[in-house]
Formats: sequence, C-alpha cells, structure tokens
Amino acid sequence: MSGSAVASPGGGPAVTALHGKDLLAISDLTTDEISLILDTAEAMQEIGSRDVKKVPALRGKTVVNLFFEPSTRTRTSFEIAEKRLSADTLNVASVSSSVTKGETLADTALTLQAMRPDMIVLRHASSGACHLLSRLCRAAIVNAGDGMHEHPTQALLDAFTIRERKKRLAGLKVAIVGDLLHSRVLRSNIGLLTRMGADVWVCGPPTLMPADVARFGVRATSVIDDAVADADVIMLLRIQLERMQGAFFPSLREYFRVFGMTQTRLRLAKPDVMIMHPGPMNRGVEIASDVADGPYSVILEQVANGVAVRMAVLYLLAGGVAHETAA
Amino acid sequence: MPVVMDADRIARTLTRIAHEIVERNRGVDHLALVGVRTRGVHLAQRLGQSLRDITGQDVPNGALDITLYRDDLMRQAVGPQPLVRRTEIPFSIDDRKILLVDDVLYTGRTTRAALDALIDFGRPLAIQLVVLVDRGHRELPIKADYVGKNLPTAAEESVQVCLRESDDRDEVVLLGGGAE
Repeated sequence: MSGSAVASPGGGPAVTALHGKDLLAISDLTTDEISLILDTAEAMQEIGSRDVKKVPALRGKTVVNLFFEPSTRTRTSFEIAEKRLSADTLNVASVSSSVTKGETLADTALTLQAMRPDMIVLRHASSGACHLLSRLCRAAIVNAGDGMHEHPTQALLDAFTIRERKKRLAGLKVAIVGDLLHSRVLRSNIGLLTRMGADVWVCGPPTLMPADVARFGVRATSVIDDAVADADVIMLLRIQLERMQGAFFPSLREYFRVFGMTQTRLRLAKPDVMIMHPGPMNRGVEIASDVADGPYSVILEQVANGVAVRMAVLYLLAGGVAHETAA
Repeated sequence: MPVVMDADRIARTLTRIAHEIVERNRGVDHLALVGVRTRGVHLAQRLGQSLRDITGQDVPNGALDITLYRDDLMRQAVGPQPLVRRTEIPFSIDDRKILLVDDVLYTGRTTRAALDALIDFGRPLAIQLVVLVDRGHRELPIKADYVGKNLPTAAEESVQVCLRESDDRDEVVLLGGGAE
C-alpha cells in the first residue's frame, strides 16, 4: 500500500481473482476460488454493520436483475448487495416485461446488452438459461437460479454460514433432506460441499431421489434417522409443489411424519447441530415450527450472510477477466 | 539494497512519535488509533503499546481496509480485483480524535481513500495522520501530522517497509532506481 510497490511474500490467499467472466455454476469454480469468495464475503459482512452501509466500489457500474421467476429473498438480497456496493440497479420482472408479449430470452438478452449493463443477475425457470445469456452478452452473468440446475450463490452463502460457525467445512457430516429431485440448491450444494471435503448425505422419498445421485460423491438414503445421526449440519429443502407434476408421495402430512424435521429427530444429531433451510419454508411439511424457530436454527443467519456473499461475487466479477495470471 | 531504517531506529522513531502524540493532544483522552491495512495496523498496535507505557491509559485501536474506496478500483478495462480484507473498528469514532496510521506516505491517494472510509463510520472530532516514512511525490493536497522519517526518493524507486508481524524483521529499505 501507499506506493510501496513490493508485495510481501506469503500470507495471501492462493488466488486473487476468479478466472471466469460469469458465475453460472459451482462446478466452474476451483476450491481456491470458492475460498476467495468466502474470504471476501467475510470482509463484506462488516459493511452491513456500519451506520453508512455503502462503499463506493462499484460506482458507475450498472447491474440488471432479470427475474423470470417470482423471488423475494434472492432478488432483494442481490439488490441490497448491489446498492451497498454503489452500483446502479435495474429490476426487470417477467410479468411486467416484453416477455409477456412473446419475446424470446435471446432477444431480451440482446436488447439488454445493447444498453451495455456491466452485469446481469438472472433467475429463470429453464436450466441452462444463464449459459445462453453468457454466450450472447458481454456483461458478466450471475446465475440466481436456473430451473432445476444450479443456484450457486445459495450454496456459497450456505458454505459461508457453516464455515462461520464450525470454522471449517472439511470432515463435517452434512445431511440434506427433502425434495432432492427438483432442487437446484441441492445440486449447487453437493458440488460445493463435496469439493471442500464435507461428508454429504442426501435423504428423501425414493420418488424424489435423482437417479444415480451417489455418482456425485454423496451417500443417499431414504431412512431419515441414518442421515441425521451424528450430523453437524442438517439442511432442509422445500417441497416444491409448483414443480411437481404427478404424485410423488401420498400427502404432505405423511411426508412430515416420515421426513419432517422434529425436535425428536434432532436429538440424533450432534449436540451443536445447525439447522438450515434455503427458504421459503413450509412449516409443518419439511420442518416443524419449533425447530425452525429453535436454538439450532441458523435460517435467518443464512439470509443475512446472503447479502455479504453476493457482494463478494459482484465485486470479484466486476473486475472482468484477467488477460494473464498475475505474478 | 540500502537499509534506510533498522529495527532500533524504527523502535526509537515510534517511541518519539508516541511522545509527540501525547504532547500535541495533552494526553490521550478521546484519542483512537486506526491503522491502514496491512502494515499500518501493526504500527498502530505498537503505537498503542507505547502510549500505554507513557500514560498508563489504553487507546482504542482499529484496522481499516481501504480497498473498496480506492480511486483506481474500476479504472483498468479488465483485470483482477484487489483483495478485500476486513475492516474492524470496534468503537464509535464520533467525537474522537482519530490517529490514522500508515507505513508509507507517497501520492496521498491511500490517505484520501482512508479519509473517505473513516467519514462513513461517523464524525470524528479530528483526524491526524501518522506515517513511518514520507517519501514525497504527493498527487493530492495531503500532509502528515507525525512523520517517522522524511525520505527523498525518485519516482522509479520504491520503499519497502518490513515489520516483524508480517515479514519476520523490522526494516525499511529503498529499492530500485539509481540509489545504489
């Protein structure tokens, strides 16, 4: 700093930049890049505790939040993150856009690109929509959930929340319980947690279990007590009725009886277990109310950390792609 | 590689600055130290120790990361973003005199960024600037209140400050240019 241009040897992180233009999927990130995002998020977290919750880092940058699916928490979380970094933000929701007039995603993307935004945050019901946008646009694309594919910032904020409490990710038993089939949060979380060395168990009814899920390096079971036993972290996934075409289980009451997280089941886990849920919750379906509001729940911490993690992602992507790796 | 300051000289200089701080502010009431990351933080901690030795009073100490306030942050067309570290100011800066501590004062741009960052935390009574080395070549109207050493340099030279806490030794070295 201060013009003493000589860098100090050692002490820094393994990488200082992301190699890609976009954040589309966890699988695009290296473990060093994941650590860089989480470390940067730690610095960003402090900004939210100030009286003036704003830094000038992204002044003059334009970020478009393009949401083709209803979303409250993810959209507001991104928007707050953008505003705290002083970016100019623009919200486009599908109900009020030309999409309802029959425009294709590609045309919407090219129209937006013509206005030269620096970043586009995209939520879309089709898996791979953000990959299409990434090819068409010069702007950096941040995937805020695409169909049943990935939701990378959710997985990053989950990892951040776990790391903050447990000081590590490697070696932890993480049980992910719920609607595994339709969950993009699951896919991103499996990718991230297995990469960072966690012991990941997934649990749900066989009808909601993706084929070959064990191929991703996780243990799959339909016996909830096995998944929960000695778990450090229990992550509950929402039963996504809106994505279900067909009968995957007899009734919500039966689902709760067999898979719902209750105080009794909780006792099988480690005494310092963390209960997580990406929201929105169905109380009395995947989680009992007294567990959601109980002392082990970090569900609201996840929401708070989401802003810091998204600030980190936006900040790191705003620099663009380096021509060569720094010495 | 000429050594400009060795460990003894750095220690004596910091003690002298601590005495100057006490003299100018008539004690350490309402004072707080804020170091600019990375080495300013180490210097601020050492100054805090000296002030405690002199007055027997503790002075609050904070760490400031100015990365997000840099004026060159988005200037390059593309390139990796500088690393952001955590800012930790665990006290209110309102109505306090803030001693802003950095290792080297050069263009003044880091100090400008630090002043902007500090103002976002509140309204201090005053901000005083402490630097170990002032090497000249200011590009902004900024002046230090306490200077360890004035070091005339050429623009192509660089000043390297090494401190035990991060570099295993205490030393200020002038590098490059025709200074051999």
